[in-house]
Amino acid sequence: MKTQEEQMVWVQAVSYEDLALNTGKTIRYQGEEVALFKLKSGKLHAIQNRCPHKEGVLAEGIVCDDHVFCPMHDRKIHLPSGLVQAPDTGCVQTYSTKVHEGTVFIGFPINKELAC
Amino acid sequence: MTQKEKLVLVGNGMAGVNAVEHLLKLAPDKYEVTIFGSEPHPNYNRILLSYVLAGDSKVEDIVIHPYEWYANNHIILHTNQTVTDIDTAAQTVTSDKGLTVSYDKLILATGSNPFMIPLPGADKEGVMAYRTIRDCEIMIESAKKYKKAIVIGGGLLGLEAARGFLNLGMKVDVVHILDTIMERQLDRTASKLLQAALEEQGINFLLEKQSAEIVGDKRVTGLKFKDGTVAEADLIVMAVGIRPNVELAKKSGVECNPGIIVNDYLQTSVPNVYAVGECAMHRGIAYGLVAPLYEQGAVLAKHLAGVETAPYEGSILYTKLKVSGVDVFSGGQFGDEEGSKAIRIHDEFTGVYKKVVVKDNKIIGAVLFGDTADGTRLMQMIREETDITGLEKTAILTDSSGGGAASGVAEMKDDAIICGCNGVTKGTICSAIKEQGLTTVDEVKNCTTASRSCGGCKPLVSDLLAFTLGASYDKNAAKETICACTDHTRDEVVTAIREKGLSHVREVMNVLGWKNEEGCSKCRPALNYYLGMVSPETYKDDSTSRFVNERMHANIQKDGTYSVVPRIYGGVTNPTELKRIAEVAEKFNVPTVKFTGGQRLDLLGVKKEDLTAMWEALDMPSGYAYGKALRTVKTCVGETFCRFGTGDAMGVGIELEKRFERLNTPAKVKLAVSGCPRNCAESGIKDLGVVSVDGGWELYAGGNGGVKVRVGDLLTTVKTEQEIIEYTEAYLQYYRESGKYGERTSEWVHRLGIEHIREVVENEEERKQLCARMDQALSVTKDPWKQAIDSKKIQRDLYEVVELN
Repeated sequence: MKTQEEQMVWVQAVSYEDLALNTGKTIRYQGEEVALFKLKSGKLHAIQNRCPHKEGVLAEGIVCDDHVFCPMHDRKIHLPSGLVQAPDTGCVQTYSTKVHEGTVFIGFPINKELAC
Repeated sequence: MTQKEKLVLVGNGMAGVNAVEHLLKLAPDKYEVTIFGSEPHPNYNRILLSYVLAGDSKVEDIVIHPYEWYANNHIILHTNQTVTDIDTAAQTVTSDKGLTVSYDKLILATGSNPFMIPLPGADKEGVMAYRTIRDCEIMIESAKKYKKAIVIGGGLLGLEAARGFLNLGMKVDVVHILDTIMERQLDRTASKLLQAALEEQGINFLLEKQSAEIVGDKRVTGLKFKDGTVAEADLIVMAVGIRPNVELAKKSGVECNPGIIVNDYLQTSVPNVYAVGECAMHRGIAYGLVAPLYEQGAVLAKHLAGVETAPYEGSILYTKLKVSGVDVFSGGQFGDEEGSKAIRIHDEFTGVYKKVVVKDNKIIGAVLFGDTADGTRLMQMIREETDITGLEKTAILTDSSGGGAASGVAEMKDDAIICGCNGVTKGTICSAIKEQGLTTVDEVKNCTTASRSCGGCKPLVSDLLAFTLGASYDKNAAKETICACTDHTRDEVVTAIREKGLSHVREVMNVLGWKNEEGCSKCRPALNYYLGMVSPETYKDDSTSRFVNERMHANIQKDGTYSVVPRIYGGVTNPTELKRIAEVAEKFNVPTVKFTGGQRLDLLGVKKEDLTAMWEALDMPSGYAYGKALRTVKTCVGETFCRFGTGDAMGVGIELEKRFERLNTPAKVKLAVSGCPRNCAESGIKDLGVVSVDGGWELYAGGNGGVKVRVGDLLTTVKTEQEIIEYTEAYLQYYRESGKYGERTSEWVHRLGIEHIREVVENEEERKQLCARMDQALSVTKDPWKQAIDSKKIQRDLYEVVELN
């Protein structure tokens, strides 16, 4: 059994310093679009850039605490888990992130079946 | 312990259950209640079905008494079960499922059935009535498959059904046998006004048409008329009236003609059997509106409870049409009859028509179109048979758009009915407010049932709250808090910002004890706006508290691309600008170029990462097509080219747009300038509309062509173009300072009253101060496109898309 780490490919994304707080950054990687957020606390979260409700672009949503509100129909999504909050259900794919020497890396699963 | 008497109610509709509800309040322990209903639902509000059909409500929203209510009151409820037999000698009822229940008292509330015209072909698939939740569901289902509906019947129900079909995306014809619609409720003028308004919404009328045959094979394909013409249809709804449902009563030997005959205490010809509601016939009348049914129910309940009660002596009818964007009211005897005289007001500019019929110096009826705020007051005068000898005739019809409504309720007597549907008086509401400390319309609704049925009296209930609570109401009325993150209202927040000198979204939340540290998508943009409004010169806008469009300064589309709308002042452009727009559109492969509703060009389908380069190439200011800000100033060509024009519409429009562009407002603001009263720029439905008239300009406020169409109120008339600017400045600044975030001027004007706003802007001192603060707000605006073009940081933070390999 491979560890979670081994089932992931880490891709160098952007400079941590350059990320604006509470403002989503759109990242494209091999046909996948990811919304990357740096919260007020400094924590990073990367999630799939499409709301499961009507495909709203989550990178453009308003960020409050550790949630993002979909700009299309205001669905509230929990960034660490990708879960859509009540009354809706469902979830968006989340991606691991890490910072190495000032650069943000995003972990993409090799096996996409692992998605949420 | 005494044995409870057995009360059986046949029919789980509004009339019967309302009577039981009253009875339970008066004598909670007297009866053991059993209710039979044929439909598989608890008691619901049939009046609101049109909202369900129109998509504004869900079925569960219109339930009046949920199952818990029955359980809590120990009522045995049998839904989906129809009583088929009554043994009046043994005092038992038996249902279609074989259940037999004995009774001491029996109430028949079997309601009515829709009348189906026995046309040849009426048994085809797709021919139906509009009466129950099931009918409503079938209509909604059908709309997914079929495209064309016909409603037979131009009455209240037919028109509401037709409007519902429009909302469902179907084409609809309304067929009516007479040449005027709603003839039982409206006079000819109001009827024609209503027809025009509904035609505008998209309903097609086939008047003076007699249906002959429904055509089609298995399913309906059309409706053939006696004159030989045929109209196509995939669905035909008959809404031509109702017939009391007396089958059960008749069969059981209860006297009917044609409804179940009842006396003034709702007793039928059989001992211990009562009838109430649409199935009952009282003094020759079977009522089909809710208010009389509730009045009957109240008398019946008292009678059954053994409480002394005055007899039911019939009801004065009144009605409203529940079609969005059309306000119609009629009550009493509104026709022109011998010995009566009428007071009429017909303002063809605003489309308001009001008629009050007077006989022997008493008001006996009224028809209102376009502005129905007088309805309740007039009904009260009709009921009380108020002598109007001493009154100025035209004063009977007030200009209700002015905030006079609150003073209106002050003059009402305590026994004045506020909620006609549920028969709730001013006295009841006011004492409930005082004794139970109610502060919102919803609380009043829950405590007193006022406004629970059609909801038409909500504004009056709100006025009563204001009247009873006085100054404290403003605070509490808006106990409508900003959002769930806080218990504070808009006014409390703005006051705190001003008084405590708060200067940051986060700071407001901290100081006022927000429940979520960073708020939510509702309060964040609101706070950002209020802070900027209070201190335009010092507040640093928080872009993370802006909705996507206002942060990106472009409109996000459903596929995630954006649309770009450059500013075109007053809708006037030139070949150079047009050429440039065309070239940019070509260069960036813009898939669609469209004229907007506000006379500008919309470049649709632009990728986020192309936005800044495109703006640079356009070299035009942002049109703010996305903002809670000034959008467009629509103009006609005015005196410059039009043979009727008397004012320089284009010139004034351009000046206004240049003055107010980039101004942040509580909600979007659209202006228009028309060069003559023909109003080609549609100034009557703009947040502020300017119309050139003989010797000056009229300013209309609070118009809206949006979801709820509202015609603007005349704010003032001015002589010069300079005054137009000055009054517009004062008006917009007052809106900025007192509007709730997200509140359109239409709602704001309605809330504050045009008279109040007029007083403010016409007061020279106040006007000057407002203009000065407007000046301040405008002095610091910058074009956001230009800022983005000039700033690498903005480009990186907001528009960059990082492609990884």
